[in-house]
Amino acid sequence: MELLTSNNVWMMICTALVFFMHLGFSFLEIGLTRQKNTINILFKNFFVITMGLLVYCGFGFNLMYPGEFGIIEGVLGFAGFGLDPGIGYDQLTYAGGGYTYWTDFLFQGMFAATAATIISGAVAERIKIGSFMLLAFLYVSIVYPIVGSWQWGGGFFSTFISEDLGFYDFAGSTLVHSVGGWGALVAIYFLGARKGKFDSDGKPLAIPGSNLPISAAGVLILWLGWFGFNGGSVLSADPALTSLTLVTTCLAAAAGGIGAAVLSGILYKNLDLTMFMNGVLGGLVGITAGADQMLPHTAILIGLIAGGIVVLSVALLDKCKLDDPVGAIPVHLFCGIWGTLAVGLFGELAGFDQFMVQLACVGITAVFCVIGGTIITLIVKSIAGLRVDEKEEDDGLDIAEHGTRAYGDFSIN
Amino acid sequence: MKKIEAIIRKSNFSKVKQALHSVEVNFFTYWDVTGVGNEKEGHVYRGVTYSTSDIQRRYLSIIVSDEFVERTINAILESAYTGEVGDGKIFVFPAEEAYRIRTKETGKTSLN
Repeated sequence: MELLTSNNVWMMICTALVFFMHLGFSFLEIGLTRQKNTINILFKNFFVITMGLLVYCGFGFNLMYPGEFGIIEGVLGFAGFGLDPGIGYDQLTYAGGGYTYWTDFLFQGMFAATAATIISGAVAERIKIGSFMLLAFLYVSIVYPIVGSWQWGGGFFSTFISEDLGFYDFAGSTLVHSVGGWGALVAIYFLGARKGKFDSDGKPLAIPGSNLPISAAGVLILWLGWFGFNGGSVLSADPALTSLTLVTTCLAAAAGGIGAAVLSGILYKNLDLTMFMNGVLGGLVGITAGADQMLPHTAILIGLIAGGIVVLSVALLDKCKLDDPVGAIPVHLFCGIWGTLAVGLFGELAGFDQFMVQLACVGITAVFCVIGGTIITLIVKSIAGLRVDEKEEDDGLDIAEHGTRAYGDFSIN
Repeated sequence: MKKIEAIIRKSNFSKVKQALHSVEVNFFTYWDVTGVGNEKEGHVYRGVTYSTSDIQRRYLSIIVSDEFVERTINAILESAYTGEVGDGKIFVFPAEEAYRIRTKETGKTSLN
């Protein structure tokens, strides 16, 4: 009982830290966008966390952790609506005594909302609020829990080749970050770039963020939240594993920031804070798949490369005429893929077979999320449309969609 | 009586203010303005280089009696100078009359 209590306390702290990440995402997004869209972004972030938790309580949790895959073996199962620990629930034996059923739900529920928040950042400043809400609802209800069930729910990813050779994604580089990232990529492809992001020749233009100090606060809050995101993914308070996980997590974050700052400094002869910040997040996402598998020096290497990936993929998106105002796709999608593959390259599990399993599961996730995301986006588009009209975009979504301004009587433009 | 207006760099404001005080011009008004001009400011944001012709400056408005005009102008010319493009401009206008609301004084006595 004492062990369960200490395990459970740690897991609840981690749950709270992951919850706190929603403030981090909100701050990051507000700061990197224009002040005329601030309320809209906050509204989306509030919607994501509130809707995410309710959906997860209603059916998401039981779709992601069905126990038995009754509908399609290894692919789809559903354990019914609502929360119920079930007959014979014994908190001492549940999940090996790492945490209670209720902590399990809440910790996983915080993760579910995170995946939708990733989309929120990428589509900022031009999506209709109602359309976003529908899109986020469908994505969190369907795509996220089904992919999650393939691995964390005990589905076919977890025993991909055999019982001993399955996919490995410790805290969700693929299952959370890439899933969100794919959804974001599909959404911005159909949504189109913000007005003024590309000139008539298709050359990218800068739309500077309105408040970099608040973005910086957001990034540091996210880093703090990752102590819970990765630390809690140990799924107990195991001293050796939780400590190692926090070390690799922080080292990768640090290396990611340095990697991005140095590379963008070399490429653009400029010390760009937003790249530095995105690099920190890229390092965090990169280490997430193997945070409990790596040694300090491999964590640093993974972070450094993730930082470089962030800088290069920001430029790649610009080249492809895709507009991601906050860098959600470089950070969550590209670094998520990198981190997942890195489990096959470095650390305890490294090996050719493991690498191929990682690659295959990244690919399957990509196909499922792109198809699922496309269907959802097109459904939303046909029901409600995706974009606000041009005048609403010029006026700002705060006035157009919410009828008020974020900074009532304070304005420097 | 003249109205002297000057557009100066914000970074030179404290020097200009000091110079005006040193020639005993102690009363003036200023506000921050944005202008468009020849000068281009180069920026880099997330790997995209861009330049803006929107230039941030400070605008001073000073009403002085005739014997103060020359020294006021000289004070600004000296203190706002850096030699780089964009140091600003000074304009001089005639001013009809001035009133101090509290005392109902007019003309020169209302200015100091």
